[in-house]
Amino acid sequence: MSIIGASNLTFTYAGAPRSSVEDVSLEVSPGEFVVLTGPSGCGKTTVCRCLNGLIPNFYSGDFTGELVVDGMNVKEHTTAELSSHVGLVFQNPENQLFSLSIERDVAFGPENLGLSREETRRRVDWALEVTGITDLKDRPPYELSGGQQQRAAIAAVLAMQPKIIVLDEPTSFLDPKSALEILEVISDLNKKLGITIILVEHRLDLASKHANRVIVMDSGKIVLDGPPKQVYGEQARLIGIGVPRVITLFNLLQKGGLEFSQTPTTVKEAAQELRKMLSR
Amino acid sequence: MIRTEGLKFSYPSASEVLRGIDLTIGDEEFVAIMGENGAGKTTLVKTFNGLLLPTSGRVTVDGVNTRESSVAQLSRDVGLVFQNPDHQLFSETVREELAFSLRNFGYGEDTIDRRVTSILETLDLSRYADSSPFVLSGGERKRVALAAVLVWNPKHIILDEPTIGQDYQQKDRLRNFILQLNTQGKTVITITHDVEFVAECKPRLILLSKGLVIGDGPAEDILSDEQLIEKASLARPQIGALMHELRDLGLSDRVIDVYSAEQAILGALGRRR
Repeated sequence: MSIIGASNLTFTYAGAPRSSVEDVSLEVSPGEFVVLTGPSGCGKTTVCRCLNGLIPNFYSGDFTGELVVDGMNVKEHTTAELSSHVGLVFQNPENQLFSLSIERDVAFGPENLGLSREETRRRVDWALEVTGITDLKDRPPYELSGGQQQRAAIAAVLAMQPKIIVLDEPTSFLDPKSALEILEVISDLNKKLGITIILVEHRLDLASKHANRVIVMDSGKIVLDGPPKQVYGEQARLIGIGVPRVITLFNLLQKGGLEFSQTPTTVKEAAQELRKMLSR
Repeated sequence: MIRTEGLKFSYPSASEVLRGIDLTIGDEEFVAIMGENGAGKTTLVKTFNGLLLPTSGRVTVDGVNTRESSVAQLSRDVGLVFQNPDHQLFSETVREELAFSLRNFGYGEDTIDRRVTSILETLDLSRYADSSPFVLSGGERKRVALAAVLVWNPKHIILDEPTIGQDYQQKDRLRNFILQLNTQGKTVITITHDVEFVAECKPRLILLSKGLVIGDGPAEDILSDEQLIEKASLARPQIGALMHELRDLGLSDRVIDVYSAEQAILGALGRRR
């Protein structure tokens, strides 16, 4: 039973000359970690907006096909209803945090679900704990570093206890170390809590390690969909996609006549392959 | 030449953001500034065109103290492209946006027209000349913001996080363009979190941490220094990390880009045969 099911999903923003998402059909199973990538303007962000009902509820345009998320047809439910099933985390955490303390920000969602004080308390404590920011709960967001802010934005979404979390380039404003840490936090949510992750990311170097599936979009359509290894193997069709540098390196070495048993997708695998060859 | 001496800066009611910075950036240098979120990177470059004046110490641009000049005057020589293009763009059309500064500098309409047309072409924006900047995608707005500064041909160009929101292809194009500006004799200073971008461009890399310069040197030196990487919340670029894993086999982790890595690996294999 899939947790996200799209069939022939097409959306055209009001006044736009062509559709941003075109005839997309897609099934995602519970607990998957999906990286969604593709060149600017390929429709990634539009897909994210569909998943939590911002499209068609908030953005006007022409919506055809079906999209069912956690058993709910997005055309028949409001974004508010969907928000406790699908959490959306944006690129810039500053756009998402607005309270005078992190704790208040994280409590905002559960309070608005009309949960009891005790339940809200429990969820806030839990979300802060899982994202590792319990000690920052009384601080205002604007005093925190970008990485801490992004953790808070994730905690605020997590407190709604969604089954799916959609993240739209969550690391692009972060320093490299914070970016790696945030990806670990996301990976933990996936592995330990079984939350389905849809991660939009240009920097596949960072994301490949955690994902079980990579979907590549171009001009509103899905052009590749599979495990990272299989997708990165389709060199010819990945023009404009930032495949991990180790793959580029291995392709160069292979062109130069070296033979490897597999093309690695992570630094660790690459190191193992090269070690075999260099210690022969 | 941009020079800071004992530069300190505090925002009102906040702790010191820059805590004593001494830097000299020569003409025609290509410099990247990296460091953790909140390290003071954006604050630092805002002192280069006089947007912010030092709380103590001084900043000179081509020998002129920024205190004794104005942002309007300094801007002619120091072009600053903001991180968020929406903080910069305001006109109704892209063409108007680009013409704005030139008109303020008092250029004639013919010159304005010629320069605007040329920069639109260079940055692949011609088809948007009559569009509102606000209907463009994030990546395109970023290019408009860059064009709006380049159009008046400043000698020193500062880019705050130019690669955010750019896909791989655009990033490639942007890298070539930045390198080209530099070879044409511009000083290029870019703030970035993107280690892969730095690993490919290999500029002089200045590391900022908590308001102080903690590292300054060739990118391959800085990005292979374990202690500095940790202190400035950096990560090794992917190729650097790979080389680091294999250092016991005689490979150097100062190799941080794909093409040098290929040479290094072929070299190591050759030695073995």
